[in-house]
Amino acid sequence: MPVEQLSHFHGGLKLPGFKALSTNSPIQKMALLAEYRLPLQQHIGEPAEAIVSVGERVLKGQMIAQAQGSISAPIHAPTSGTISAIDKQAVAHISRLPATCITLTSDGLDEASPAHPLGETYRQLGKQTLYEHLRQAGIVGLGGATFPTATKLALASRRPLKTLIINGAECEPYITCDQKLMEERADEVLKGIHVLIHSLRPRQCLIGVEDNKPAAINALNEALKNDPTPSSVSIKIVAIASLYPTGGEKQLIKVLTDQEVPSGGFPGDLGIVCQNIGSAYAIYRAIYEAEPLISRIVTLTGAGIQNPGNWEVLIGTPIKQLSQAGGGYTDDVQRLIMGGPMMGLALHSDELPISKASNCILALSSSELPKTETVSPCIRCGVCVEVCPANLLPQQLYWHSRAKDFDKAQDNNLFDCIECGCCDYVCPSHIPLVSFYRYAKTQIWNAERERQKADQARERHQFREQRIELAKQEKEAKMAKRRAALKAKKAGDSSSSAKQDAIKAALARVQAKKSNKASNSEGTQG
Amino acid sequence: MQFETSASPHNNDVNNVARVMRHVIYALIPGTLAYAWFFGPGVLINLALAIALALGFEALVLKLRKQAIKPVLSDGSALVTAWLLVLALPPLTPWWMIAIGIGFAIIVAKQLYGGLGYNPFNPAMVGYVVLIISFPREMTLWPAPQELAQQSFGLWQSAQIIFSGSLPNALSWDAITMATPLDITRTQLGQNMMLSEIQDSPLFGTFGGVGWEWIGNWFFLGGLYLLKVKIIDWRIPFSLIATLLIATTLTYASAPDAQAGPMFHLFSGGVILAAFFIATDPVSAPASNRGRLIYGCGIALFIVIIRQWGGYPDGIAFAVLLMNMVVPTIDHYIKPAVFGQSSKE
Amino acid sequence: MLSALIVLTLLSLAFGLLLGFSSIRFKVEGDPVVDQIDALLPQTQCGQCGYPGCRPYATALAEGNEEINRCPPGGEAGIQALADLLGREVIPLDPEAGEESEPELAIIDEHACIGCTLCIQACPVDAILGAAKQMHTVIESECTGCKLCLDPCPVDCILMVPNPESLNSWKWPYPASKQPTAAQHKTAS
Repeated sequence: MPVEQLSHFHGGLKLPGFKALSTNSPIQKMALLAEYRLPLQQHIGEPAEAIVSVGERVLKGQMIAQAQGSISAPIHAPTSGTISAIDKQAVAHISRLPATCITLTSDGLDEASPAHPLGETYRQLGKQTLYEHLRQAGIVGLGGATFPTATKLALASRRPLKTLIINGAECEPYITCDQKLMEERADEVLKGIHVLIHSLRPRQCLIGVEDNKPAAINALNEALKNDPTPSSVSIKIVAIASLYPTGGEKQLIKVLTDQEVPSGGFPGDLGIVCQNIGSAYAIYRAIYEAEPLISRIVTLTGAGIQNPGNWEVLIGTPIKQLSQAGGGYTDDVQRLIMGGPMMGLALHSDELPISKASNCILALSSSELPKTETVSPCIRCGVCVEVCPANLLPQQLYWHSRAKDFDKAQDNNLFDCIECGCCDYVCPSHIPLVSFYRYAKTQIWNAERERQKADQARERHQFREQRIELAKQEKEAKMAKRRAALKAKKAGDSSSSAKQDAIKAALARVQAKKSNKASNSEGTQG
Repeated sequence: MQFETSASPHNNDVNNVARVMRHVIYALIPGTLAYAWFFGPGVLINLALAIALALGFEALVLKLRKQAIKPVLSDGSALVTAWLLVLALPPLTPWWMIAIGIGFAIIVAKQLYGGLGYNPFNPAMVGYVVLIISFPREMTLWPAPQELAQQSFGLWQSAQIIFSGSLPNALSWDAITMATPLDITRTQLGQNMMLSEIQDSPLFGTFGGVGWEWIGNWFFLGGLYLLKVKIIDWRIPFSLIATLLIATTLTYASAPDAQAGPMFHLFSGGVILAAFFIATDPVSAPASNRGRLIYGCGIALFIVIIRQWGGYPDGIAFAVLLMNMVVPTIDHYIKPAVFGQSSKE
Repeated sequence: MLSALIVLTLLSLAFGLLLGFSSIRFKVEGDPVVDQIDALLPQTQCGQCGYPGCRPYATALAEGNEEINRCPPGGEAGIQALADLLGREVIPLDPEAGEESEPELAIIDEHACIGCTLCIQACPVDAILGAAKQMHTVIESECTGCKLCLDPCPVDCILMVPNPESLNSWKWPYPASKQPTAAQHKTAS
């Protein structure tokens, strides 16, 4: 077995963690609410398609929207009740565009649909059956990217797999949901990992945890020691240095295996697949408790909240209700962020629902927010180059994105940027660098979409012209045929009298003779 | 409840352009004081004058460009430009030359190109080059170091000389100025004198010129401070100094009698200042780390070439501007291996 | 004198041969220019340029007897791209051809439609479905927003709506400052 050596990636930041804020109390469970709102798009890929209608009664765990296409995930009812609306509602998205949501009015009974947990019998199942099971359970990557887990695993298992990496790095400040999960539910997490190992058959499994979570590392080690069904594959818990963004998939792979995922490629190219701790736990719930992904652990934290902590929250819970469970906001709450301070999304309202992607609700007070500083010109000081974990030249990317010179931005590998925000964080000129990169990326994607659409239109237009041309030709051919037929008919009509014919023929003969003579005499004359 | 929003990241390092410039100025202070100590307080008057002019010119152009004046003036960049230019000039440079130099530096080299961050050429060096091309005689009027001078001027006298442009009665420039060590070495080596002969002159100190070597030391210290607070990157000073030492060691070794040694090259003239303060101006330097090594190396080679064969005793300004010209090309060809691209090959 | 003449003649011969050789050896078998122009046009097929579709306009441009500013859907960016390709000056959009506007989509009011099929015949990309006396509908993903179906409609039941923005097609606004979102969202929406 190859010995893993701890490596490191270029750049990165040592950030103050603020993790202790939310780790003092155990994970708490929220009381049942009157209403849940479930966006149909809570994952990367195609949105799910509602399969219930307004007024229909649904049970807890019942599928209410099905996956549409290969990269998609279904959505399930978090509790029992009636569907009260399927319409466009505000969701947590930077665009603030409304998106289709299913609103579920709870009946307070929390009646579950009949479940048949697989339990240990999953070991008799083939990987395709298992993945179908996970797909039906609506499990997506809970680290933030929300890529449908079944699709990711199916893609990864097409190639021989060397290493399964479980991502427990949790490098963003404030967030502690994975940490608490590892501390409190290590056995369950481990069972989920066993399911992954069983289906993927990797040669080794590495669990990467930042060294600022010793209790989590201990709990995992303890669980591994007392594992009732030890795996033949070696599982190793690796304490890694706390450095933002170690939790980035590519960065974690680099740290654990000293291999770099090729630019534009996937971990699968190296025989590696990554899964988040939260996803492993969701897999456990799906296999052992037959419970689809209807809840997740959410860190509620920041100085803007009265009692920070971790909560087990049903998907669809309005953030407002969660904040109230945490004692409400403090007086100087300034900003509400879904996710961490580095990559999180600032929400304009707390009426929005918790989705599968919501790992943290961060209420920042004025003391935690940076001073609003005026943006000054880039002096190309290069501090951003020092911290970029993708080894890019952020100042050049900025320069070209700002000038809307997207070709040059792509030459400078814009699409290798993971938007971690390190450059933005250190910039002495306070330039919103990441916003510029996102602007450039969406512009490029849009241009590509437009180009595809133009190609399609061109093709259809050409096809139409051909079709019209063909129809014209056909019509003409038909007309010609008909004309010919008509002529023939006319001719047929006129040939009715044989006598007339004979006269005509005689006349013709005389005519021919005459003309023959004439031409002959002309010939002799000439 | 409604909240204000903003784009991520939602936190920030405590850093800003003014802080960067402030540290640069802190680092310049010891060397500047040493300069004043060895060559008289004239430099301090020049400095005050240059700073006032730089801020004035900048404000004027910003007003014409209809841009906010205060945030730009307070970023300190014009201050640093003025400071660097003054350090490159003789201490009794007349006021109108300062005005011309600063005018070119701030108005032409900086603002006409779009202001801070957009100038392809180092503004201070543009100002210097304009002066040395236009007024070569005045630019060589360096007073002798104080300890060698028969006549030294106080603050008031210096101010009179700077603003009137003429010396007090009965004094001529010839009497108070002395060629710089670099100049002497250059002319006398040209007259086929032996190096040891030349360096017997009282102008020469332990390893560089008298005064010059100490100014250099203090700038070196300031440079180390900038490295320590991570305002500058080690690559440009390192490659510049290393290349200079290697190149001059080679020339020295080829003819020890007819060539000045590496330490002399390093500590006479403005190499240390250039290495830590001028070449490290990030705006006009390359973006990538490897590019910066090449940039420093190129400047050093140009310095050596100009000192060796060029028409000017010290070629720093020309060397920096020549390499500024190459920066876009360096940036185009030298890019770091992006994460995941080395493994592709 | 003579030797100079000989040398010059030989030289010109040699260079001539070299040029002739390289023109054959390095011949560029690129896209004909019409295809290159056509690739830059938005393929709306709206005919606002005065030609019956994008390709005829591309052909006219390639022949050099048409201005590059007659394509409103392509807009300024399109003119810029054409100018780059053809080495011409960038000129403002010809107001005679129309104004640059956000891409739109045709929608048929299915209650008002009488099923006359006139719009189907007018659609340059076959994006309208229907049959005689059956109500028609627009295939959204195929519609180029050319508006050619508007005029033929005898009951004016076709209307143009802005291209719907989805979460996946949303574009980040051009960043203004560190605190961008509040103001920018107004312009974005």
